[in-house]
Amino acid sequence: MTELLGHYNYWIVIILMMTGFYIVIARPNLVKKVIGLFIFQTSVFILFISMAKIEGGTAPIIEEGLSVYSNPLPHVLILTAIVVSLATTALGLALVVRIQEAYGTSNEDDIHVQDEED
Amino acid sequence: MLLSNLPALQVVIPLVSAPVCLLLRNPRHAWACALIISWLVLAMALLLLQQVYTLGTISYAIGAWATPWGIEYRIDMAGALMILIIATVGAVTMPYAWRNIQHELHRKHTGVYYTCYLLCLTGLLGIVVTGDAFNLFVFLEISSLSSYVLISLGPSRRALTAAYQYLVMGTIGATFILIGIGLLYMMTGTLNMQDISQRLPEVADTRTIRVAFAFVTVGVSIKLALFPLHIWLPNAYTYAPSVVSAFMAATATKVGVYVLLRFFFTLFGLQFSFNAMHVGEILMLLAVAAILIASLVAIFQDNVKRMLAYSSVAQIGYIILGISLATTAGVSAGMLHLFNHAMIKGALFMAMGCIFLRLGSVEIHNMHGLARQMPWTMAAFVAGGLSLIGVPLTAGFISKWYLVNAALTDGYWPLAVLILVSSLLALIYIWRVVEAAYFHLPGADMHKVREAPASMLIPTWLLIGVNLYVGLDAGLITNIAQQGAASLLGQALQ
Amino acid sequence: MEHLIDIVLLGLLMITGFAIVRMKSLLAVAMLTSIYSLLSASLFVVLDAVDVALTEAAIGAGISTILMLATVALTRDEEKAPRHTPLLPLAVVTVTGAALIYGTLDMPHYGDPAAPVHQHAASAYLHDTPGEIGVPNVVTSVLASYRGYDTLGEVTVIFTAGAGVLALLGYRTRRRNIQGPGIRKLVVLRVIAKLFFPLILLFALYVLFHGDYGPGGGFQAGVIFATGFILYALAFGLGNAQRVIHHPLLRIMAAVGVLIYAAVGIEGILLGGKFLEYGVLADDPVTGQHLGIMLIELGVGITVAAVMLIIYYGFVSRQD
Repeated sequence: MTELLGHYNYWIVIILMMTGFYIVIARPNLVKKVIGLFIFQTSVFILFISMAKIEGGTAPIIEEGLSVYSNPLPHVLILTAIVVSLATTALGLALVVRIQEAYGTSNEDDIHVQDEED
Repeated sequence: MLLSNLPALQVVIPLVSAPVCLLLRNPRHAWACALIISWLVLAMALLLLQQVYTLGTISYAIGAWATPWGIEYRIDMAGALMILIIATVGAVTMPYAWRNIQHELHRKHTGVYYTCYLLCLTGLLGIVVTGDAFNLFVFLEISSLSSYVLISLGPSRRALTAAYQYLVMGTIGATFILIGIGLLYMMTGTLNMQDISQRLPEVADTRTIRVAFAFVTVGVSIKLALFPLHIWLPNAYTYAPSVVSAFMAATATKVGVYVLLRFFFTLFGLQFSFNAMHVGEILMLLAVAAILIASLVAIFQDNVKRMLAYSSVAQIGYIILGISLATTAGVSAGMLHLFNHAMIKGALFMAMGCIFLRLGSVEIHNMHGLARQMPWTMAAFVAGGLSLIGVPLTAGFISKWYLVNAALTDGYWPLAVLILVSSLLALIYIWRVVEAAYFHLPGADMHKVREAPASMLIPTWLLIGVNLYVGLDAGLITNIAQQGAASLLGQALQ
Repeated sequence: MEHLIDIVLLGLLMITGFAIVRMKSLLAVAMLTSIYSLLSASLFVVLDAVDVALTEAAIGAGISTILMLATVALTRDEEKAPRHTPLLPLAVVTVTGAALIYGTLDMPHYGDPAAPVHQHAASAYLHDTPGEIGVPNVVTSVLASYRGYDTLGEVTVIFTAGAGVLALLGYRTRRRNIQGPGIRKLVVLRVIAKLFFPLILLFALYVLFHGDYGPGGGFQAGVIFATGFILYALAFGLGNAQRVIHHPLLRIMAAVGVLIYAAVGIEGILLGGKFLEYGVLADDPVTGQHLGIMLIELGVGITVAAVMLIIYYGFVSRQD
């Protein structure tokens, strides 16, 4: 039982990660692919933050009377990773806008058809 | 004072110059800024190489924080060689870039191009220098994000889809690496590579570490375009502006290989990577597939840039083949080929940029009789092509020679045969271009085509010159590659 | 109790995730993504990561959603069905997921105080921060000082995104003030926007300078600052917003922020220390740390705010 409870958090996070990953590789719509990447990355953030959690701890802001704090390092890493994720989303969507203007579609299959005709 | 801070300055100077470049409104000033910085970076790379050569591995604590709390910069011989490759290609392509960018990019983009180029340079250098696993991820993203932009600036609309495809695959790769780093951190409690490798043996025999290894390997393999995860590469190199193709083909995938070396040897260690996880056999299989299949595909391309891109996938196969042997001879042959291929592919893509400038096309069927109009450019292509095939007296011969020797020492004689066969395949695809340019009658409009300008020819010939020099006297570079391999494997044996 | 909230939030995240896979309307998908991000921000609060929660809410639920909506407005809303059956993707995802689950089996338990992550470097950060850096928020001390170089990389990443969007979408300055006819009638929105605008800017400054003591810092402040302007642009039109902060100014701000950060680092070298060594900036090392952290947070804030607006202007300027 404890074995099961000990990792349930991680297992749900893995399902979330794979949901995002699936959207990226299975969906032909370019906007939805970027959204899939976003979900994938956000779920990886939950993985990192979960490992920082300590039973009975509080946020890592030093205060009188508190002694158990969660690990601040994964928080720092994920702050950076959130920024990377935003940068990727912004560039990805900017490319989608330009592709839409150049091809008149944002569907991968339709773009392939147009490229074949060239 | 400045000399002792060289490891940090090597990365920080291009980093600082990127925003400065954005502030310069005149594209010519932005280009001049990027040019000066590129040559400064090369000067620093040579100084750094000399320091590592005399003093051994350099460690630099950023912010003066001791490891593992702070971030460490760590440069050994392998790293110094990588920095030299990146800096050389950067310095050579910059004078070339001015005419090429003016021709292939929309005028309003030229200023931003130099900013993104400097950011890409920063990212690549940062990856090589760092000794911290997460810092590696951050600089990997700097180089990746800027290269997506650089590729998207290409002249045709397919540059946009190529950049998008690369963005999606690259981000999947980076996220896999991030997951791997996360799992490593979870089991060791540290991010410093040296520290991880010291604490790893205690937990090496866990399922978590095995999965971490798998995720890092797959993630990095996407970045370095290891067959069959290479599908982003042909489009990206075909539709990017020519100077970007030259720069990326010579540096980006090479840095990917370097990251793989770091993870396999420095971080996980030879024992774990090759004996416990058997990654050597898998890599060898994929490398053989890459060499054969990509070379065959290259033969059937009409677009020469696409042909060179597939040839790159095959050449990455050679490098990985050397690494998969996991011997000092194999790894140093791989690193030597890494250097040589960077110089060869850089020069070949630059020659294609010259042709595109004058001819407006890089399709073989448009090149009939081109050699008479552009003798110097075509001569550079032939020289680069000979080196790619591995003809004696060229750089390509040297690295293939070492590769064959390393394979034979381990008793893998079929690999030696494979290298010979694939050299014949390279001969075929290079010959197709040579035949069209030298032995076909020129088309009606061919007489209007002029030789490329000196600002583009001289940089192309500089890289060809490096090739020929290494072909004649490979002593220095072989020595550096061997020291680099020894440093990588030596650390792994400790 | 904490576990219960944790499970409920994770359950909601799963439901939202599956809904995103199934939904065909991209507008609905964008909104669901925003909810997904907000739910994960709530989860981060439960997991004691308040700084991360603030950032995720501002970035994920805020800016990213705006960008997605702007893109959906330019493309077609309905998603077409894929041409191929998704068997290969399903196989890839199943194998990847199975590998990860296999990997969890030897992991330390969730919340286990004996886990290696809590033992090695982390305990030193918590123990040494009051003496070495002198700020109560350990996330700030690690972010800005111990691993300050990562943060310089992070600012460079965001600067890259700004330069990239500038290259891809460019900008057009509006002479005419384009504004949807619908929005002009929304008096409530306009009044509220007017009231909130100064408050948001003030809050941004508070978050910027209070990052040492509570959750917040330059990054979050920059995003909040930009959100204030985006709200202003939504309510009063892009032209008016661009009159307040115009494009050349944004370019300068984006560059200057990075330069401030790097200059603090180089100042460390010039004063005889290492790159990004704040201790040498003042006579007393702890004061030097304070000074260094404040300056770099300022640099981060300026670049982030400017890049957010560059990106927003870029996307909105394509809307015709």
